[in-house]
This record gives sequence, C-alpha cells and structure tokens, in this order.
Amino acid sequence: MQAAGFWVLAVAATGAGAAVFAVDSMARATFALLASFLCAGAELLLAGLSYLGVLVVLMMIMEMLVMAVFMVMYMMNPAGLMPMTMTHNRRGALAVSGTAFAALAAGILTVPWPGRREGPGGGPPHDPTAALGRALMGPKMLVMMVIGVAILATMIATIVLAAPRGRYDDSGGAP
Amino acid sequence: MTLEAFLLLAAALFCVGLYGALSQQSIVMLMMGLELMVNGLVVAAAGFWSFVSPGAADGQVLVLVAITVMALEMAMGFAVVTALFRARDVDVTDEAGDLSG
Repeated sequence: MQAAGFWVLAVAATGAGAAVFAVDSMARATFALLASFLCAGAELLLAGLSYLGVLVVLMMIMEMLVMAVFMVMYMMNPAGLMPMTMTHNRRGALAVSGTAFAALAAGILTVPWPGRREGPGGGPPHDPTAALGRALMGPKMLVMMVIGVAILATMIATIVLAAPRGRYDDSGGAP
Repeated sequence: MTLEAFLLLAAALFCVGLYGALSQQSIVMLMMGLELMVNGLVVAAAGFWSFVSPGAADGQVLVLVAITVMALEMAMGFAVVTALFRARDVDVTDEAGDLSG
C-alpha cells in the first residue's frame, strides 16, 4: 500500500515537473510546479518526516503563489494566447539531462548502499520532529546560525537589488 | 519503498530541472528548473535519513538546509530579474549574456 502510494506520487511528481516545461502558459507552469512540490512533500510524509513534509507543502504553496505573481509580471506568453517558442538549444539540453539521468540511475542501481544502521540510535526515533529540534538547538546549532545569517543577508541583498534607488537611496534623499 | 526508489525519484526530478534550467529562455522559467533540482536534493536527503540512519538527525538537517536554499534562491532570483528588467528591460537569458566568453 505504502509502496504503491510512493510510486503513484513519484510518477505524479516527475510528470508535473515535466509538464512545467511542456505547457504553453507560464501561469499553468507555476501550478504544475506546485503540484510537483506537493507530491514531493507527500513523499516526505511517507518517509516518516511529518514536520518537514508539512513544512514543504505549506512553504511551496506560499512560494508558488508569490511566483505566480512574478509570472504574470514577466510573462512571455500571456495565457498561451501567442504561441511562441520559449526554449533555446532544446536538443542539447535534452541530451545533457538524459545523459545525467542515465548516469545517476546507473550509479543508484549499482552502488551497494549501506543498510539501516544497527545498534543504539539505529532505528527511527519515537518523534523525529523532537529529534530535529534537539539537534538544531544542540550539536547542529552552527547550521541554524548560518541559515539565519544567510536569510538576513538575502533580505538585505534583495532590497538593495529590487528597490529603484537601492537600500540607502543613492539619488540624494529626494523622495 | 527502498532507498533506490527514493534516489531514482530524486534523480528524475533533478534531471527534469536540469533540462529546464538549460533550455528555458525566460529567467523565471529557468529559476523553476533550479527549484526542481533542489527539490530532488530534498527527496534524496529524506530517503537517506529514512533508510540509512534515521537515528541521527543529520538527514533532517540537510532537508532543512535544502529547503532554505530553495527559498533564498527564489528571492535572490526575483530580485535579480527585477533589477535587470528595471535597468535594461530584459527578461530572457539570451539578452543577459554579458559574461559569456
């Protein structure tokens, strides 16, 4: 049952991901991408990561709605009304990605992956969310700090880039 | 469900994203390809956590880092598109090839 669910979601995630670059409207592409992310989030839930799965689902809904707004702003082909090609070097890209997938799949199927670690702490914790929280507030605190600083730097940098006069109003103060 | 199945899904998502990142003209569509590639990383990290060492939180922390990368990548990408569009009225990659050799 779980395995069947996994494969259905996997095919849906990949299919929706492929649809992103196949549909002729960028708004439709945004929602195809959202569907792909939701399927990936459900795969995380299947793997037992309840907190991270829900986090992916909620975050991707928000992110794709923001993306839809930008899509409308920078749309090359509004509502698919003007059929036009939005790709370049399509054959080369297909060859590169196909080769990459073949190489990755060959590696995945031939490498002898380690089994689940035995001994104390080998099995899944009773509450993976609590384990993640304890790790982030303990031995993985550095990761949390770097993420925090990276988010702050991104907020400042995006405002510098996107505001018409930059963060410190280069034009001399006149509004 | 096996580790191989998770990794195959991750590879498929990564390669679909790679195709998009290489082939799309619109910068926004290119960023959607990048998001799909990072999404593949999220699925792979979840698979490794679940099937190799669920007792340690390392896999979960990796998923968290990848999700953060996704959000930051999108924010910076849109800021760059906005700056580029404001300065030069450009929204396709072919017209932003200043750094090509």
